[in-house]
Amino acid sequence: MTLGNAAIYSLLGVCVVFFALILLMIAIKILVKVMPYKEAAAPAPAVKAAEAPAPEKKAEPAKGVAGDLKLIKTEPRDAAMIMAIIADELKTPLNQLRFKSIKLVEEEGKR
Amino acid sequence: MANIGEILARLWETSGFYKMAVDWRQLIMICIACFLLYLGLVKKYEPLLMIGIAFGMLLTNLPGSEMYHPELWDAYIAGTIKLTDIIHEGGLLDIFYIGVKAGLYPSLIFMGVGAMTDFGPLIANPKSLLLGAAAQLGIFAAFLMAIVLGFPANVAASIGIIGGADGPTAIWLTSKLAPEYLAPIAIAAYSYMALIPLIQPPVMRLLTTKEEREVKMEQLAPVSKTQKILFPIIVTIFVTLLLPSVAPLLGCLMLGNLFTECGLTDRLSDTAQNALMNIVTIFLATSVGATARYDRFLSFQTIKIIILGLIAFEFATIGGLIFGKIMYKVTGGKINPLIGSAGVSAVPMAARVSQKEGQRANPSNFLLMHAMGPNVAGVIGSAVAAGFLLALFG
Repeated sequence: MTLGNAAIYSLLGVCVVFFALILLMIAIKILVKVMPYKEAAAPAPAVKAAEAPAPEKKAEPAKGVAGDLKLIKTEPRDAAMIMAIIADELKTPLNQLRFKSIKLVEEEGKR
Repeated sequence: MANIGEILARLWETSGFYKMAVDWRQLIMICIACFLLYLGLVKKYEPLLMIGIAFGMLLTNLPGSEMYHPELWDAYIAGTIKLTDIIHEGGLLDIFYIGVKAGLYPSLIFMGVGAMTDFGPLIANPKSLLLGAAAQLGIFAAFLMAIVLGFPANVAASIGIIGGADGPTAIWLTSKLAPEYLAPIAIAAYSYMALIPLIQPPVMRLLTTKEEREVKMEQLAPVSKTQKILFPIIVTIFVTLLLPSVAPLLGCLMLGNLFTECGLTDRLSDTAQNALMNIVTIFLATSVGATARYDRFLSFQTIKIIILGLIAFEFATIGGLIFGKIMYKVTGGKINPLIGSAGVSAVPMAARVSQKEGQRANPSNFLLMHAMGPNVAGVIGSAVAAGFLLALFG
């Protein structure tokens, strides 16, 4: 293949890639216009008693952490935050997790 | 009574050590395989693939192992034997390689990648697609240079695709256009992907001003679940209608994404992301490594491919950055050009590099989510480029 032909193919290739992705960009813009993001629905206006759905059962509050928790050089406030983050990451209610101890790990240089 | 000396001599002649002494190139390949193993195991360069590739390379170059037979595949391509002959006469790695030849493994890997990818940042900022397109410049720059260096067009196209910074796409295209160069191209692609944190930053700093790097971008618009579900369907329809040859790769990418986004097929999404992806990675990596046999890999062409691969990566970065700078000017400084370099695929490594460089210039800068848009756009862009090259030279 000559360099001239290769240059033409390359130019054509760049154009095709741009064309395909611009087409896609337009399609996405149309999609976003047609189906915009909606905030979580606000509480519905009062409905007639007959139509009102049965009141949802109130979720039971967590029963607390199982067992004793030993805090080593850790403030209770920090410990609560750590436990909440772990529960959120694990997608597990806090009352189903057991924390034995939370210890502050100090850096070598600070000892 | 048998002559013990004769028996020992015969044993010696059938051993791999004797065969290696006859052709020293196998020893070199074993050393290269061990070096790649070192890169994967110690330096942690894409270990999930590098270890498999290096071990496949090691197995195929151990004299007498007879696990992979490139001459059988040459005969198959020439049409003198059938696939069933390879199954009967080939070794274990020949059987693994059938999945590469059929384009099965790259497509299945793409399904897993799709299941793991969040296209939300791209839907929130569709202009990211332009950056993903601009970063494909590396593919065509390397293609041109490969032609200049005397490679045939089909091989040049396979070398160029290294600039897409997308391993499965590179393997998919090369297995169809230039299977004899599969090993050096795959190794170059994965090595440079692992080296992106070293390759990109100098170019990023060179092509952008401190003022540009400091730009803080506005928070992305929220994306609805419906938009995320419709996105893979729309992409599949539009791109496949435009370039039917890209359907296996892009179709699998989008199917995997739909599994995740629809929320109804969690089991399938989980399988595509984990079990299936892991199994396919083992087959893909070892069989690609196996194609690096001493009599084919050790050539000046391989060195040229490795150098062209690096050039492809640099040009891809430059393309993304230049378009990023254009968008910075057009939007009146609202877009940080650093996100342009993330258009080279290599998800999410390239986006992380943009984030790191942005934060280096301005510690309160958070570009990661903005860079993810061009990053995933780059995956689509490189697949489109591969489809174009296949349509042209396939």
